[in-house]
Amino acid sequence: MSDFDWGVIVRSWSFLAEGMALSALLVAVATIGGLVIGFGLALMRLSSNRLIASPAAAYVTVMRSLPLVLVLFWFYFLVPLAIGRPIGSLASALIAFVMFEAAFYCEIIRAGINNVRQGQTEAGLATGLRRSQVMRHIVMPQALKAMTPLVLNQIIIVFQDTSLVYVVALHDFLTTASIVAARDGRPTEMYTLVAVVYLIICLSSTKALELYRKGRAG
Amino acid sequence: MIVLEDVHKSYGKLKILRGCSASVKLGEVVVVCGPSGSGKSTLIKCVNGLVPFEQGSITVDGVSVSDKKTDLPMLRARIGMVFQNFELYPHMTALENVSLAQIHVLKRSRAEADARSEKLLARVGLGGKLASRPSQLSGGQQQRVSIARALAMDPKAMLFDEPTSALDPEMINEVLEVMQALALEGMTMMVVTHEMGFAQRVADRVLFMDGGEILEDTPKAQFFTDPATERAKQFLTKVLTH
Amino acid sequence: MNYRWNWSILLQEPYTEWLWSGLQWTVAISLVSWAVALSVGLGVGVVRSLPSGILRVIAGVYIDVFRNIPPLVQLFLWYFVLPEIVPETIGLWIKRDLPYPEFVTAVVAIGLFAGSRVAEQVRAGIEAVGNHLMPAALATGLRPMQAFRLVVVPLGLRAIVGPLTSEFLVTVKLSSLSLTIGVLELTAQSRHIENYTFQGLEAFTVATIGYLVIGLCVTGLMRLIDDRVGGAALRRAGS
Repeated sequence: MSDFDWGVIVRSWSFLAEGMALSALLVAVATIGGLVIGFGLALMRLSSNRLIASPAAAYVTVMRSLPLVLVLFWFYFLVPLAIGRPIGSLASALIAFVMFEAAFYCEIIRAGINNVRQGQTEAGLATGLRRSQVMRHIVMPQALKAMTPLVLNQIIIVFQDTSLVYVVALHDFLTTASIVAARDGRPTEMYTLVAVVYLIICLSSTKALELYRKGRAG
Repeated sequence: MIVLEDVHKSYGKLKILRGCSASVKLGEVVVVCGPSGSGKSTLIKCVNGLVPFEQGSITVDGVSVSDKKTDLPMLRARIGMVFQNFELYPHMTALENVSLAQIHVLKRSRAEADARSEKLLARVGLGGKLASRPSQLSGGQQQRVSIARALAMDPKAMLFDEPTSALDPEMINEVLEVMQALALEGMTMMVVTHEMGFAQRVADRVLFMDGGEILEDTPKAQFFTDPATERAKQFLTKVLTH
Repeated sequence: MNYRWNWSILLQEPYTEWLWSGLQWTVAISLVSWAVALSVGLGVGVVRSLPSGILRVIAGVYIDVFRNIPPLVQLFLWYFVLPEIVPETIGLWIKRDLPYPEFVTAVVAIGLFAGSRVAEQVRAGIEAVGNHLMPAALATGLRPMQAFRLVVVPLGLRAIVGPLTSEFLVTVKLSSLSLTIGVLELTAQSRHIENYTFQGLEAFTVATIGYLVIGLCVTGLMRLIDDRVGGAALRRAGS
């Protein structure tokens, strides 16, 4: 057992910070893109037209059945093929994350919308509002409120998910740390650091979210 | 004003309505009663097209509800509806609840709509609750807001779907009084309710439903003294002894 | 899109064998991890729903820590860090003599992560039932521990068959992480075939179908179980 050398963290600090910045970028893009596409998918799934609802349902089911690692490989392979020229692994990973998380956000949004009682829609329709107006003024505001904690929770999960870009060699926080670990022969220090940093960020976010939930309920 | 002819409705194999015909004339108050599961609520929701039906026809003020060419939202705007569970929008104040459709359907300005809402809320005795959220109001108050919300569209007729059955007993009267005042002003009303006292005071006619059929369509006086069917007699005995 | 399809590649040796062996590893890791997750999760979840005590606190810490570190990081901790921080003899044993070290490590890491998730489900299920039935059980004269053991826990566990199905499927998906430490499971093998043949579309499609089929089987099986025990729970709660 070698002696620990925590100085390796200080020496590689800026490299690790760049990794963390990439992780943050992935979270931001996956969340914003995922919410937008997820909202579209949710509207499709809620359609009474089966030709619209079924493809969205199939997409969501398949995405949710696959490991993110496989999805990353899929897009790593498919995106350049579809575009017809090589494209950086970052772009592929961003697209993969957006398309993967969209399936999860879709289900959160759909549940939020379904949670609004049918009677609310009926009441809106009964006053002469059109379906789109009922959606915008009555259903969505209530659905948004119900889904906010779930979306925030999903963002924490996405943050954890981003560590998987390791498999396509993108330099996120975990990957930069693993590069340092291998280069300097300091796996213990580096992986402990990664675990502690993730733990602090995710645990404090989770606890803050719990407080927010309780505050809203009470 | 409202004419139903041979309306059929089923959910899958379950037949809810089996050929219902009835009419409500201008200025008339018609009470619909019957045991639970008899199809009353479904029937009244067919009138403004909230529940689509397979067969038969309903016209309101000469406009067919089931005709694909009918602008259903515009038709609904002319018929007020009050729900069993109030269905006030929980994220809006009482005032906003009443103003919403005025702004988006009747295209009134917010100031116009709010002025009208204030008047109506005052009329149902809630002039002091304009800024309250539904969660801050009692059941009776919520139901009165929802009546104001329906009246805000200047409806030609009002539909009430068991407006008092979700209320605590002490709040039932405040809602019935508002409804009674409306009836006296000559509003055309179709009311699903178990409140036989209300029917006796206000109704012109009573429809009695059971098993998805309208078994009786009789003037009020006759319904309470001499109902035609055995089932209506049983129903009255049960309801009136309470 | 300019792509030369060649589905027959999948029937050529050694690729068929690769995929088949990958599928077997995926199933093996999923099942053994699930056994770990279920036993740890049930124990921790029940302890976590106890009214008080040091065990309850420990269970809470376990759930918090394991749920809030990405599973891949946990895998690396078990694989790279653990042998370095334990006493030297044990570390050497792990490195040299542990049979199937990657498989064992993957199973431990995935099992303990999934276990923390299962524990949360168990706790939630017990709490939901407990809030309802605890007063009734106490009113019949049962002592709190008896009520907990005889009424709340058995019913709570029946109530969570559905959520546990999703957790098992999460575990199946997690099994793919083991490719990072060299286990050639389904995803890894499909990637390999892509690297060797450039027929990624075919290889990834097979892997995708593999996961979908596993998912369908699991869902079907669990639905059967849920009908058995869930129906029973409903009947009991209703009567």
